[in-house]
Amino acid sequence: MSPQSVLARSSGSGLTDQSRIEQAWQALAGVLDPEVPALSVCDLGIVRDIKLAGDGLQVVLTPTYSGCPATELIERQVLQALDDAGLGPARVLLQRAPAWTTDWISPAGRRKLQDYGIAPPGPVASALTQPLHFVAYRAKPAALACPRCDSHRTERLSAFGSTACKSLHRCLDCLEPFEHFKPI
Amino acid sequence: MALPTSVRLGGEPGLQYVLRLADTCLILSHRLSQWCGHAPVLEEDIAMTNIALDLVGQARALLSHAGQMGDPKYDEDQLAFLREERDYRNITLVELPRGDFGFTMLRTTMVATFLKLLWQRLAPSCDPELAAIAGKAFKEARYHQQHAADWVIRLGDGTPESQRRMAAALVQLWPYTHELFDSDAIDEQAAQTGLGPRWCDLQPAWLAEMGLILRPAGLTAPAETGFRSAGKQGVHSEHMGFILSELQYLQRAYPGGAW
Repeated sequence: MSPQSVLARSSGSGLTDQSRIEQAWQALAGVLDPEVPALSVCDLGIVRDIKLAGDGLQVVLTPTYSGCPATELIERQVLQALDDAGLGPARVLLQRAPAWTTDWISPAGRRKLQDYGIAPPGPVASALTQPLHFVAYRAKPAALACPRCDSHRTERLSAFGSTACKSLHRCLDCLEPFEHFKPI
Repeated sequence: MALPTSVRLGGEPGLQYVLRLADTCLILSHRLSQWCGHAPVLEEDIAMTNIALDLVGQARALLSHAGQMGDPKYDEDQLAFLREERDYRNITLVELPRGDFGFTMLRTTMVATFLKLLWQRLAPSCDPELAAIAGKAFKEARYHQQHAADWVIRLGDGTPESQRRMAAALVQLWPYTHELFDSDAIDEQAAQTGLGPRWCDLQPAWLAEMGLILRPAGLTAPAETGFRSAGKQGVHSEHMGFILSELQYLQRAYPGGAW
């Protein structure tokens, strides 16, 4: 899918440009990620910019994963939210570069993940520049903290979870399974 | 409105270069998706379908881009579903039947290792859209390689049965990897225009990384046979037609069908 734009239906009211943009950010703070409904699209860091282009709003979105099946749904929900708030017309511009990273998840988003029972991602910075080490030579990674009881006695059950962005773990103290948002 | 029943693209080298990459992602994704519901354990079922999903996402981005490179313009679906077999440019390696779990992990390792190196070298491409797709896909290829290569090592260094199967998979797959590095005028043009590297230039790095995986797996690459596959040129194995009949069935039976 190449960068594309979609037009929302409604027309703008008499707001000043600045307050229209501020209200748009507030409206999008209520749009939840369909796959991880604990987070809004703003918490997730995929809304890169909102600006005025002509008489409409332009919302710049960066997809999380190449194959994320929620991308099109998120686009529609973003336009719907702006429409419902009377802030349209609006367009969505998909911007691939720079690539989305879990480092863009806000501090508030990390707390929400934790409260929802998903261990938040650690920093990505070094992860992508390190050479890969395969199973025979790899040091055991530091155990994640259980988002329910904070114990560090946890183990990984599966490298992938209900979505590509998560892995599945288990706490050896409270015995609850939990998901982890993988750093990427 | 008359819908095109078949789509033919031009032979422009830049377009062909992108199609080789797009179709390789698309067909490997299709083969991996055939494991959905059939993997030996649930965790691996989920892993393979997630990797397949990343690959189909990469293929969609590349096909959308390829469709805009020529004239007339096409969309991703028209390119995925309405080309003839000879117009697909994937490497033959990815169209071989899915095989057993060991075979699948070895093939995924070979391709992910290659793609990771290629995406990395495409980041400074003169084509901004290709560079943007590569920036994202590089991170995904990294964990594909990690996951699959860990299995190659575990199985190669596992039980006598798993060793036997991995050794057999290597003998079967290795001759098809030569095609990755058979460079031609399309590579030359890409290198000269700054679109991307000659695929042959990735061979030393690929061999080095494969060595880091095969050695602890107790596996040795077989000797050169002289066999050469040519999927990149549109000359496919007997398996490709079966893939396309499955992949294209709905669009051929119900042109323009959507939901």
